Amino acid sequence: MSLSPEEVKQIAFLARLSIQEQNIEQYSQDLSSIFGLVEQMNAQDVENIEPMAHPQDAMQRLRDDVVTETNQREKLMSNAPLTEAGLFLVPKVLD
Amino acid sequence: MEWETVIGLEIHAQLSTKSKLFSGSSTEYGQEPNTQANIVDLAMPGVLPVLNTEVVRMAAMFGLAIDAPIGKANVFARKNYFYPDLPQGYQISQFDKPIVELGHMDITLENGKTKRVGITRAHLEQDAGKSLHEDFAGMTGIDLNRSGTPLLEIVSEPDMSSAKEAVAYMKKIHELVQYLGINDGNLAEGSFRCDANVSVRPKGQKELGTRAELKNINSFKFVERAINIEIERQIDIIEDGGAVVQETRLYDPDKNETRSMRSKEEANDYRYFPCPDLLPIEITDEFLAAVKATLPELPTAKFERFMSEYDLSDYDAGVLTSTRATADYFETVAKACGEPKLTANWVTGELSSHLNNDALEITESPVNAEMLTGLIKRIADKTISGKIAKEVFQALWAGEGSNDESAADKVIESKGLKQITDTGAIEAMIDEIIANNAGQVEQYRSGKEKVFGFFVGQVMKASQGKANPAQVNEMLKKKLNS
Repeated sequence: MSLSPEEVKQIAFLARLSIQEQNIEQYSQDLSSIFGLVEQMNAQDVENIEPMAHPQDAMQRLRDDVVTETNQREKLMSNAPLTEAGLFLVPKVLD
Repeated sequence: MEWETVIGLEIHAQLSTKSKLFSGSSTEYGQEPNTQANIVDLAMPGVLPVLNTEVVRMAAMFGLAIDAPIGKANVFARKNYFYPDLPQGYQISQFDKPIVELGHMDITLENGKTKRVGITRAHLEQDAGKSLHEDFAGMTGIDLNRSGTPLLEIVSEPDMSSAKEAVAYMKKIHELVQYLGINDGNLAEGSFRCDANVSVRPKGQKELGTRAELKNINSFKFVERAINIEIERQIDIIEDGGAVVQETRLYDPDKNETRSMRSKEEANDYRYFPCPDLLPIEITDEFLAAVKATLPELPTAKFERFMSEYDLSDYDAGVLTSTRATADYFETVAKACGEPKLTANWVTGELSSHLNNDALEITESPVNAEMLTGLIKRIADKTISGKIAKEVFQALWAGEGSNDESAADKVIESKGLKQITDTGAIEAMIDEIIANNAGQVEQYRSGKEKVFGFFVGQVMKASQGKANPAQVNEMLKKKLNS
C-alpha cells in the first residue's frame, strides 16, 4: 500500500505537524512501510482471540482521592514564554 | 407541513472528588489561576496519569442507578484535540468500552404520562482548562485549574421530541446525580453542563434530519429557549428550500439566537485510540456489590413511597423529593410530629416561600426540622390555630425562641399566643357581641346566613385570633339559633 502526497499532507495536518514539500516523498515511503507491517499483522488468524486494549495483560492500579499537590505556579511558569496575572499567554484562540 | 423534532442530550457532570481524575491536584472551584495545576495537568514530558478510585466508584454508582450494565473491563482512549486549554494535545476519554453502558431514565410529560429516555452510555473523561480572551493585548490567557477535573459524560438516545422533554430529562439527571452525591449540581459554576443535538424532520419520516449541536448551555431556562429557537431556525431553512448543515452552534442568551461556531476543518477527526498510559479498569463483582450497598433511595422510589406511606398528593410528593435535603427535612419532621399531611403543607408552603424570599437553601433554613416539629405539634394539639402558627413561624424565622423543638413553645409563651379553648371565656365574648349587634342578629335570624361570617370575625377579633375557630363556629351557631 502506498500513500499519496495528499494523504501524507492530511496526516501531517491532523497531527499539527509542519512538513516540507521536498520531504513528502520520503514520508510517503516511510509511512507505507509501516502499513506493510500492519498488513502482515492483519494476515494473521486471530479468530476466537479476545482483542487486548493494552499489550500488558494487567489491570489499572488506582490511587486514593487525596489532594497531594501544592501550589507550584511560580516554578511551573518559569519556562513559559509569556505569562500575565497568573495565566499562561498563548496566541489568540478563536472559537 | 408538520414537523417533528428529535433531541438528544450530552450532559457533562463534574464528579465531586477532592482531587483530579489523574493527578493529586485539588478540584476546588474559584481559586487563583493555575494554582491547582501540577506537572501532570500541564502535560510535562514523562509524566504518567494515575487513576482516582473515587471516580470509578461514582461512575459505577450512576450506572447502577440508571439500570445499566457496568463495563467489567472498561478502557481509556485518547481523543486528539489541539487546544491550549488541554496541554496534552489529547483528551483522555473513553470510546468503545465506556464504564457505563445502555441505561435509561423515566421522565414525566406535561400530560402526566411517563416516557422512558434511553441513555446510550456514560463515560469518564478529563475536563479542559479555561481560556480568557479579554485584556491580553491580542493574546489568550490560559487557566489550567479545571484541566483534568473528572467529568462523567452522560449521552442520551435521541429520544426527546420537544424542548420541554429535554428539560424534564435534564432535571431528572440533575436531581439524580445530586441524590447520589456524585455532583454538586451547580450550573452557574459549570459543574453541570449540557450540549443538545437537535434536528427536525417531516412528521412521519423515518430517517433523521441533519442535526446541529448546541454547545455549553448552562441553565434549564436556556436549554429550553436554545432548543426552541434552533428548531425554528432549522424549519425556516428547510421551508425556504435550503438544507441544514451539520455543525456546532453556540446559544447567545442575550440575543436569543444560535450562531455557528467557526467550523474547524476536519475538527471531528478525533482519531481515538486506546491510551497506552493506562491499563483497563477492572470492576469486580465485590466492588460493585459494595457500591450497590451504599446506593441511597432514588428519587423515583422516594416519590412513590412518599405518596403511599404519607398519603401525599403527587404534587406534594414531587416538591418534597425534588432534592434529597428537602426530602430528609420533611421526613424528619413528619416522623417526629406524626403529622405528615400538615408537615407537607408547611414545608411546601410557609417554609418554601420564606426560603425563596431570602434566597436560602433548605439546609440553611433558620427554622430547622426540630423547630418546625415543635410548631406542628402545637397546631396538632390545638394549642394554636394555623393562623397564629404563621405568626410563631415568623418569630422563629427571625431567630426568637431557641434552636430546638421547644422553640415554638417559648414563642407561644412569651407572646401569649395560646389558643383560648375555655368555653366560659368564649361564651362571654359571644354574649357581648350578640348584645352589641342587635341589627345583625336580626338579619341572621331572618335568614341572611351570610352575616354569620361577621360574627365569627368579631369573636376572633375580640380574642386577638386566639379563640379556637371550630369552637367559635359551633358555639355561635348554638347561640344565634336559640
